[in-house]
Amino acid sequence: MAAGVAAWLPFARAAAIGWMPIANCPMPVAPRDNSRKQDELIILNVSGRRFQTWRTTLDRYPDTLLGSTEKDFFYNEETKEFFFDRDPDAFRSILNFYRTGKLHYPRHECISAYDEELIFFGIIPEIIGDCCYEEYKDRKRENLERLQDDQEENKDIKLPNMNFRETMWRAFENPHTSTMALVFYYVTGFFIAVSVITNVVETVPCGSTANHKDMPCGERYTVAFFCMDTACVMIFTVEYLMRLFAAPSRYRFMRSVMSIIDVVAILPYYIGLVMTNNEDVSGAFVTLRVFRVFRIFKFSRHSQGLRILGYTLKSCASELGFLLFSLTMAIIIFATVMFYAEKGSSSSKFTSIPASFWYTIVTMTTLGYGDMVPKTIAGKIFGSICSLSGVLVIALPVPVIVSNFSRIYHQNQRADKRRAQKKARLARIRISKSGSANAFLQSKRNGLLSELLELTGKEEDEQKLLKSPSLLETQHHHLLHCLEKTTAHEFVDEQLYEHNCLETALQTYRSSSPAIPDSPVTTCCGRRRERNHDEANTTLPCSHLVPSHQDPLLELSAFQMQRCDLRSHHASRSKLNLRTNDRISCKSGRITTAIISLPTPPALTPDGDSLHGPTLRRAPLPSGHQAATAGLQITTGSCSSNIVKVSAL
Amino acid sequence: MSCRKRCKREIFKFAQYLFRLITGSLNNDSVEDELELSAVRHRPEGLEQLEAQTRFSRKELQILYRGFKNECPSGIVNEETFKEIYAQFFPQGDATTYAHFLFNAFDTDHNGSVSFEDFVMGLSILLRGTVQEKLNWAFNLYDINKDGFITKEEMLDIMKAIYDMMGKCTYPVLREEAPRQHVEVFFQKMDKNKDGVVTIDEFIDCCQNDENIMRSMHLFENVL
Repeated sequence: MAAGVAAWLPFARAAAIGWMPIANCPMPVAPRDNSRKQDELIILNVSGRRFQTWRTTLDRYPDTLLGSTEKDFFYNEETKEFFFDRDPDAFRSILNFYRTGKLHYPRHECISAYDEELIFFGIIPEIIGDCCYEEYKDRKRENLERLQDDQEENKDIKLPNMNFRETMWRAFENPHTSTMALVFYYVTGFFIAVSVITNVVETVPCGSTANHKDMPCGERYTVAFFCMDTACVMIFTVEYLMRLFAAPSRYRFMRSVMSIIDVVAILPYYIGLVMTNNEDVSGAFVTLRVFRVFRIFKFSRHSQGLRILGYTLKSCASELGFLLFSLTMAIIIFATVMFYAEKGSSSSKFTSIPASFWYTIVTMTTLGYGDMVPKTIAGKIFGSICSLSGVLVIALPVPVIVSNFSRIYHQNQRADKRRAQKKARLARIRISKSGSANAFLQSKRNGLLSELLELTGKEEDEQKLLKSPSLLETQHHHLLHCLEKTTAHEFVDEQLYEHNCLETALQTYRSSSPAIPDSPVTTCCGRRRERNHDEANTTLPCSHLVPSHQDPLLELSAFQMQRCDLRSHHASRSKLNLRTNDRISCKSGRITTAIISLPTPPALTPDGDSLHGPTLRRAPLPSGHQAATAGLQITTGSCSSNIVKVSAL
Repeated sequence: MSCRKRCKREIFKFAQYLFRLITGSLNNDSVEDELELSAVRHRPEGLEQLEAQTRFSRKELQILYRGFKNECPSGIVNEETFKEIYAQFFPQGDATTYAHFLFNAFDTDHNGSVSFEDFVMGLSILLRGTVQEKLNWAFNLYDINKDGFITKEEMLDIMKAIYDMMGKCTYPVLREEAPRQHVEVFFQKMDKNKDGVVTIDEFIDCCQNDENIMRSMHLFENVL
């Protein structure tokens, strides 16, 4: 029931007293209002803005969120109000709906945001009042079209298993998908042009030969033109058959406009072949040649503009129809009038009403050839009225057509623009996605780091240096960690993965390891301790470790993460490729770390600590314990350009 | 419908079209016939009933509902949305297959959508249930066709789905046989009578005897 009516219900019920004397049977028992509490004020706190209303106002629409018990989920005990974390501006119109019974659509509001609010509060958009409904529907339609455009572009994505037929169809529909398709596209375009030009040139007078006067080129070089025609028709036929073969729904394809144009373009040739010998119908044969000009419509597959034009005309079909109809009416009226007006004059050209049609059309479209002119005064008067009205009648539907064309054209422009921006958008989305993946890897390292910190006992100040992730992040990372444990595999980033693939290929070559004090091959728990890292232990301020973690740390491709049974967290022992062993040992007394930072493409938010100035992309080597070692060896890894391999002793 | 009737109808429609073309009233047809059926809306049961049926307190239910409604304002989740939401947690891999199995596990009445009640019942078991109930739920998840037995194929499907979530870039490099091997290990552990299927009793028995599993059952209790 609408709001207004609800208020009148007590009146209607009271007025029912009037039926009592008439009624013969006893009346049903009146419903009791058990919840006889006072009508109370409800406070709705929407993102800080407080709205107040009576409970009964909200109860008017019990199938919405506010009118039902669903709002209890949003009740805040302490403040005794209902809190909604939504947009307060949009909420205004929703609350007004309860008050007045009419839902209005505020024009400045974004259509999808408004829709979402409506869905959230459980209100169906159909009850938007008449004053705003049209606007709402228009905006919604526009939005849908825009979304559809976006979806259509996704057709370009190549599906993994497409059989030959589907590939071919896709090649036909979107020529830019493969080189073959592009070649085919241009070749057919070329042949269409050739065919049209030959049709035109055929009729041009070609200069006279000895015995005949000016002949059109077509008759002079019959054989050449015939060969050209044959070639073109061959190509068109092959193309048509291929399209027919590849079409997902052949029936629908055969009914489509483009295929009809194709057929009409090639049919006259075949009919001509069949009919050459029969002289009687050669007249008809000549007319068939006219249809060859329809080949020019085949260009619409190649030209966006033609398609837009065609689409506009189709969508303005009703306006065009109306234009035609009203013109016809006007023509008939004025032709009749002119005929009867000119009937009197002697040598009038207006011999019949149909003959006057020509005059009327020429006058109404303001052409004015002058081959038929009125001579009587009445004729002249009506003739001038005719030309004035012609201008009006034609000018009226034209703006509608123009605006339709403009809308479709702009839509197309927008689609093109969006397509161009799409690549950049996708790239950015991909980066942000990999950012979140990298965040997990980063936090793993941070996790290791914090263990180290616990070891060195320098927690207090160091903890601050680490970026403390939000609770949500830690929980998410814990989830990913659990997945790792379940599958006994770890997440690594792409470069590491690629290098690992390379590594496994190189495994066999790894027989001779260069002279390093420690053998590079270690088993899971064979932790190697470097002798001279004793001092590293004590003198290792966290600062040495942190720089590596500051840049988005990518472990060297040669790191091999190995599990240590002893711990629940994994110890990552890093083993540099054939050279060094720098490992972060797990809870051992010795900490050997050489942490190599690689320049990473996705920029993670850097750790907040400002300790490290040296943002050298090369390894900021912990100066302390690398000092004794051999130098830095910089080799280019397979995947990134500066993998730094540090030989630590 | 007979051919004649169809032809008549077509002719009539064509005549109508011509008429509308001439009088310029063609556009009325295209006025939104597509009544987009406004999305199915669902209203959950009252707070009191849910409190009684689940092991959550009032406040917890409120928090859960707010989150739920934020993601799905219409009050129900269909499978597509569920897959999208779940996939956001696993950016590196492809979580759609596993999300499908998860969806079926939550959608207890198999009507193709998960309402808030389904959601909260599932969570109640997972977060506040006894170990028995949790194991039951897990068994239900693995048992794809809900016939009471986990076969090797079902387990393989689940395993592949889980491994899919890891994505490509893992260490050690993910091999094709990894899921199958994992399934073998699982069956070795669980299938006591070696009949090729795991029943619910075998499953629960075996899990209760396994320290790690029992410990991990309590892992997520403080999620809310």
